[in-house]
Amino acid sequence: MGGLVLTPLLVPLATAILVLVAGDRAALRRVLSLGGALALLGCTLALLVEVEGAGRVAVALGDWPLPFAIELAADRLGASLALVTAILGVAVVLQQQSSADPAPESPGLHALIHGLLASVGAAFVTADLFNLYVWFELMLVTALGLLAHGGAARHLDACLKYLALQVLGTLLLLLAIALVYGATGQLNLAALAGAGGVPPVAVALLVIAFLIKAGAFPFFAWLPASYHTLPAPVLALFGGLLSKVGVYAVLRTLGDVYAGAPALFYEALGWVAVVTMVAGVLGAAYHWDLRRILAFHVVSQVGYMLLGIALASRAGVAATLFFTLHNILAKAALLLIAGVAFRATGHHDLRRTGGLYAGRPLLAVLFLVSALSLVGVPPLWGFWAKFSLVRELLLEGRYLWGATALAVSALTLYSMAKIWLEAFWKPHPGGRDVGAPVPGLVPAYVGVSALALAVLAVGLAPEALLRLSEAAASSLRISGGSAP
Amino acid sequence: MILALVLTTGLAVAAGVYLTLAPDLFRRLLGLAVLGSAVNLAVLVAGRVGPTAPPILRAGAETLAAGAANPLPQALVLTAVVIGFVLTAFAFVLAVALRERVGTEDSDAIRAAEPPPVDPVKPPLED
Repeated sequence: MGGLVLTPLLVPLATAILVLVAGDRAALRRVLSLGGALALLGCTLALLVEVEGAGRVAVALGDWPLPFAIELAADRLGASLALVTAILGVAVVLQQQSSADPAPESPGLHALIHGLLASVGAAFVTADLFNLYVWFELMLVTALGLLAHGGAARHLDACLKYLALQVLGTLLLLLAIALVYGATGQLNLAALAGAGGVPPVAVALLVIAFLIKAGAFPFFAWLPASYHTLPAPVLALFGGLLSKVGVYAVLRTLGDVYAGAPALFYEALGWVAVVTMVAGVLGAAYHWDLRRILAFHVVSQVGYMLLGIALASRAGVAATLFFTLHNILAKAALLLIAGVAFRATGHHDLRRTGGLYAGRPLLAVLFLVSALSLVGVPPLWGFWAKFSLVRELLLEGRYLWGATALAVSALTLYSMAKIWLEAFWKPHPGGRDVGAPVPGLVPAYVGVSALALAVLAVGLAPEALLRLSEAAASSLRISGGSAP
Repeated sequence: MILALVLTTGLAVAAGVYLTLAPDLFRRLLGLAVLGSAVNLAVLVAGRVGPTAPPILRAGAETLAAGAANPLPQALVLTAVVIGFVLTAFAFVLAVALRERVGTEDSDAIRAAEPPPVDPVKPPLED
């Protein structure tokens, strides 16, 4: 039954090919795309159930003996992230099929979306360092396709900046892999963890490359330069998923494979995380474009995730995983809501929108749930995510880091309050009837409601997921941590 | 042999960084491509350079002969070269299309995605 490990890669890849074959038949394309996303959801759910029983499910491709084979392996960490990826995939495909994005849909769009899902899913389940590099590259290629998709000057400009900075990241990654391979002769992650003699500079280079991918300070310039040019459904995919793959890779490196890295690395990572949080939230406070505000919050929240890894403890890693799972869904929900809000009001700039609370109360409730969860207000999922993280920070004696995390939460609340006051509370400045019915929005509402319900449900009953995160962290190689 | 490869790698990195820092759009992309080649060389150097015998097992043997080359770095570099080629080609097509739309090759002057602010406090009004 190890074949399930391959599904986060194979199901979206097969869907992408089928969608391409469907060509110009739009209805068929949409059915295939949604079917593929739902199939991925079912497969990753089955994978998580299997991993929950077995602890780790692995397949060595090509029947080569390890460590020579390329191994795909899912543990609780990878499988839970793959499941969240699939949930997000369904929500994004649903909104793509609604009328939230009024631009005409090109035949290749769904194929690119599923290609991106395939590379992200494969990155979560690969157990081979070079293979991870390949998935990062595929992620980059499909992301470039989606960025350039609009075809106007601003899309191409954003795409080129994204490309230049991301290519620098992948080059550093490849160089780090060369150094690691040169020192150990291994590429399999488990073999690398067992092999000694890796120069610390190689590990540092590896982490820096992943930090570029995660959008951490000072490497996040590609993110606010490009994200706001994307159409809403794709923006949710980018903002929800892409930077988290970088966080996952940092977690896999410093929390698992090289858990015994020098303490200086974790200390440095912690300060990088602190500055990332502050820089991201201040960037968001400056902006008035809904997409730009939310894009900068992506940067800010990457800081929280890195803080948990910087604690170098099992409980810290568990908190990071719990936080990341929450953030992918809550962030995507907010970005999808921004798409529907744009459809209703005609603008992204907060100075030009308004009237959503009076015109679209359901959207207002969904926004409140997602936004307050992002801030960390009980009884929502985000409260438990921030609570477990800040609790670990304080127990480990990292008072300054913990205080910064709380202060950044207050500034996040400021941003969300700004959106609420401007887009939802005040009347529309153009006098537009925001509540006027828009045909074809139902799928978008279904997707957003599912995400918001998940945020609320886990907030009311966080026990199972907290236990899963702790079990995931305890199966990694990270040890230590003085917290009880 | 290794020394020559290492020196070439260093030279390529220097050239790549120099080109990447140029203001001209196409020079920058060319710089990234050169940097990519330098990293590919580094991967090759990281493997075993020197032995040249083909890494083929004789019938019945379990291990390679002593002087066999290491095939893995070459496979890795081949993968990286293919991806690098795709990205370089795409980047240049993108740059040409962008130049057609904005009418300049000065990458500092291309602000299509991020218009410079006019107000000292507030960002420019978006759509």
